[in-house]
Amino acid sequence: MADIAATDVPTAALLPGETDKATLRLHRAIMIGIAIALVIAPFVAYPVFVMKVLCFALFALAFNLLLGYGGLLSFGHAAYFGMASYVCAFTAKNWGLTPELAILLGTSVAAALGALIGALAIRRQGIYFTMITLALAQMAFFFSLQTPRFTGGEDGIQAVPRGRLFGLIDLSDDRTLYWLVAAIFMAGLLAMYRIIHSPFGQVCKAIRDNEPRAISLGYRANQYKLAVFVLSASLAGLAGSTKAIVFQLASLTDVHWSMSGEVVLMTLVGGLGTVFGPIAGALVIVSMQNYLASLGAWVTVVQGVIFVICVMTFREGIVGVIANRIKRPL
Amino acid sequence: MEFAGFTAVSGVDLQVTRGSIHALIGPNGAGKTTCFNLLTKFLAPTRGSIVFNGRDITREKPAEIARLGLVRSFQLSAVFPQLSVLTNVRIALQRRKRGDSFDFWRSEEVLRSLDREALALVEAVGLSAYAELPAVELSYGRKRALEIATTLALDPEMLLLDEPMAGMGREDVERIEALIRKVSKNRTILMVEHNLSVVASLSDRITVLARGQVLAEGTYAAVSKDPRVVEAYIGSGVGHGH
Repeated sequence: MADIAATDVPTAALLPGETDKATLRLHRAIMIGIAIALVIAPFVAYPVFVMKVLCFALFALAFNLLLGYGGLLSFGHAAYFGMASYVCAFTAKNWGLTPELAILLGTSVAAALGALIGALAIRRQGIYFTMITLALAQMAFFFSLQTPRFTGGEDGIQAVPRGRLFGLIDLSDDRTLYWLVAAIFMAGLLAMYRIIHSPFGQVCKAIRDNEPRAISLGYRANQYKLAVFVLSASLAGLAGSTKAIVFQLASLTDVHWSMSGEVVLMTLVGGLGTVFGPIAGALVIVSMQNYLASLGAWVTVVQGVIFVICVMTFREGIVGVIANRIKRPL
Repeated sequence: MEFAGFTAVSGVDLQVTRGSIHALIGPNGAGKTTCFNLLTKFLAPTRGSIVFNGRDITREKPAEIARLGLVRSFQLSAVFPQLSVLTNVRIALQRRKRGDSFDFWRSEEVLRSLDREALALVEAVGLSAYAELPAVELSYGRKRALEIATTLALDPEMLLLDEPMAGMGREDVERIEALIRKVSKNRTILMVEHNLSVVASLSDRITVLARGQVLAEGTYAAVSKDPRVVEAYIGSGVGHGH
């Protein structure tokens, strides 16, 4: 009887939907802010640097979709990022595909690989799920290492032509390419936002929160988990393909397990399960790698220290802390 | 049902009549929850069969059982903690009204049409003041109430309630009791419950389980006078006064 007593009186009696609407307005404003920042960025910063941030931000958004909204920790996201990067680079260079087709093909291969690995991994829960994704991603790595005819082995695929968009627009100029990358990033962000705010996204969040309960309501949880896995792998593939065009390079670094670790780091630093956190995380980590490059191997150590500080002091990540401060989901 | 050599329940021949409220009682460890898990396929039986509406469902998967209209609640409060109270109920409505929701390209605005019905259910369990709150912030008793509202949103033909009154205050027990009575029309209910006054006032038939076997079955009046039942309860030290 006592535990029922007024321990949880709501702070304000809001009509259903009121808070939702205010949050949606805030998110819309942030989206517009990001779009404006994207327009200004190439004039105040080095375009290739901004493009690098955008590619990794998209990669982190993809990872966060799976972990933050699907509750599934993949430790093999480098496989989708890296294999898409190889396919895009290979087809653009050897088959002479236009960049948009090469990117599309790379993304499709990542989706197919995601469906394959996802179908195996979702049969297990928790840490076992994570271990399966890692093991299969390692297989993708060794495949890349052992098939130099396709991947260029240790050298990777270099001098990938940026080509002409739709066969018309020459992308060799960084500024021109920038607008394509910015558009891809924005489309990826909007797609991710729509997915988590769709009827499908609602079910994913329910499964993340309490899988047996979702099943007892009649949801076939595994099908939803596989679907969100494939969507996440596709977005990771889109990021990897775009990266191959930007740097004109696909290499073993992209499929290496440390790349899977890096995307975990970006997402946690920025704010797991927040909409905009992965972008902030990617910006911080990529900036660090760039501006601390003179430290050489010490960058990794600095990254490790930041990771530890982040987990110990602000587990919600940068954006998570802000969201708690203003009491609105971001 | 056997767990690695240990027989949890065996030879439980349980028949629940359509449209009745059937209570499953017994001392702790009698196998009540195991029965529930077997019926809803969260556990697979070692032997025996389960028939629902004349259909053998022994080999079906849990999600399919729910789709057939056999929906359970859980003993520990089973809510979606990070979703709002309203969304918790709406998730169930979404399943009933839309079936599967794989449309990741559509805005969740399409779910707004379910809000009114969801709110009515939230009101029915006395939670309308908390509709916007994340479920994690509710007290234990209110989580139970939310769980019942969510289960009812599926409009199931048969409800399995695992200790619906556990951890609830007196006034909540009365409200939920009235609610169960109200929704029991045109529905079959099987419930596990320790609160014997609730069992007495609600149920048409009672099955008493002890050590994985049926000890007695009948109306409350008949069962409560059965010496074996009295002994099982006193013997196990569960002193439910009534």
